[in-house]
Amino acid sequence: MPIFLEKRQLVTPGDLIAEGEYIAGENTYMEKNKIYASRVGIVEYETKKLDVVALKSFYVPRMEDMVIGTITEVGFSGWMVDINSPYPALLRASDVLSRSFRPQQDDLPQVLDVGDLVVAKIVSYDRTHDPQLTVAEPGLGKITRGQIVKITPTKIPRVIGRKGSMISMIKQETGCNIILGVNGVVLITGKTLEDEQLAMMAILKIEEESHTTGLTDRITKMLKEAKSGKEEKKDE
Amino acid sequence: MNDKPEKLIDKKGLRLDGRKLDELRPVKIEVGVISNADGSAYIEHGKNKILAGVYGPREVHPKHLALPDRTVLKCRYHMAPFSVQERKSPAPSRREIELSKVIRESLEPAIFMEYYPRTMIDVFVEVLQADGGTRCASITAAALALADSGIPMRDLVVACAAGKVEEKIVLDLMDTEDKLGSADVPVALMPNLNAVTLLQMDGILSTDEFESAVNLALEGCKQIYALQKEALRTKYVSIKEENKEEAEE
Repeated sequence: MPIFLEKRQLVTPGDLIAEGEYIAGENTYMEKNKIYASRVGIVEYETKKLDVVALKSFYVPRMEDMVIGTITEVGFSGWMVDINSPYPALLRASDVLSRSFRPQQDDLPQVLDVGDLVVAKIVSYDRTHDPQLTVAEPGLGKITRGQIVKITPTKIPRVIGRKGSMISMIKQETGCNIILGVNGVVLITGKTLEDEQLAMMAILKIEEESHTTGLTDRITKMLKEAKSGKEEKKDE
Repeated sequence: MNDKPEKLIDKKGLRLDGRKLDELRPVKIEVGVISNADGSAYIEHGKNKILAGVYGPREVHPKHLALPDRTVLKCRYHMAPFSVQERKSPAPSRREIELSKVIRESLEPAIFMEYYPRTMIDVFVEVLQADGGTRCASITAAALALADSGIPMRDLVVACAAGKVEEKIVLDLMDTEDKLGSADVPVALMPNLNAVTLLQMDGILSTDEFESAVNLALEGCKQIYALQKEALRTKYVSIKEENKEEAEE
């Protein structure tokens, strides 16, 4: 029952990873007792379960996920939201207003209009129904300021880092507040535009180089250099 | 160019472009060339130049085409007006519509269609320059574009043709050989699963000839597969190496 590849090796769809009694994890599939990769990615395993961490993918909704979406359509009793996934999400008016919706008095475009961004949580989704969102929890709702960065959804865990090491480092170095949508949309709010841009740069660099090692150190170095460069300018 | 060559295979057993009977044309593949598409690939197979782009999975338009249990794969094979000697009308011809179907059906077995119901995947194949065997090169490029877009696949799909020219079975026909030769057998293969997803025959071959043509085409597929895989890896490995160099400095 061998594993044919080492940890952290790059695989392409169809590559044979292992044969025998292993469990096919993410981005892999089993056929005739053999486990193959189904996406371009990096092999990871612990004892029995084999995973491929995809290098590029798209967001598939899951219940309880926090996402950042754009309003695309104002309907009769709610909004359609683009959550960067193959399926459009539904946000109900009664949920946003936190009382029952009165079609006679409530003017929906005044509450949320096309193009507005919202932080929301997915309350229901399955193969047969489009996902439904809620904003009735603390920290959720319309976004009023900040910058948006879009990255491949599979790289969100990399941005968070081990036990949140990467994200807390970026927050500390740039002084920005960062909200990560599981759907690959990141909201950055900082005191100045420069701070926000610095955090954006860091996140885009992580996306591009997510499959390399020693990334946290390189990002720290990059942020520190950028900051010291800025201070020098101030001194002049 | 319109002169008919007297012999397609010379006394030494070499073909018009100097290839041996079982030799492929030079193949160059690149992945991730269109930034607006979710996935893309470019292939140069001899004188063929083909661009493939993939979008999706995304919402189905018009909505009634959506299937409740699986995704819909749409393919468009199109030849640019300047891709051949005589200007080709840009409107889809009978041949292009057929090739679109052929390409779709050879890619479908490789995709996990049932993962994303009520969605659609669009594959666009644009032939910029044609010189025989475009359907095979198109399948090779389209499969790469699908893999590049992050759509889960059972395996990559590679395609290659073999045929009969002057009573000899040869690999990877180019345009003149295809037109003047007597048979053409395009084959598409999922190399790791060892499954054939496309098998066509145009012309007349005996059963023995057919078998050796298929085997030759399969060998060609495997050679292209190595290049295909390399192209997909190169996209990511190049970033890795850049960092190594940085670290060494």
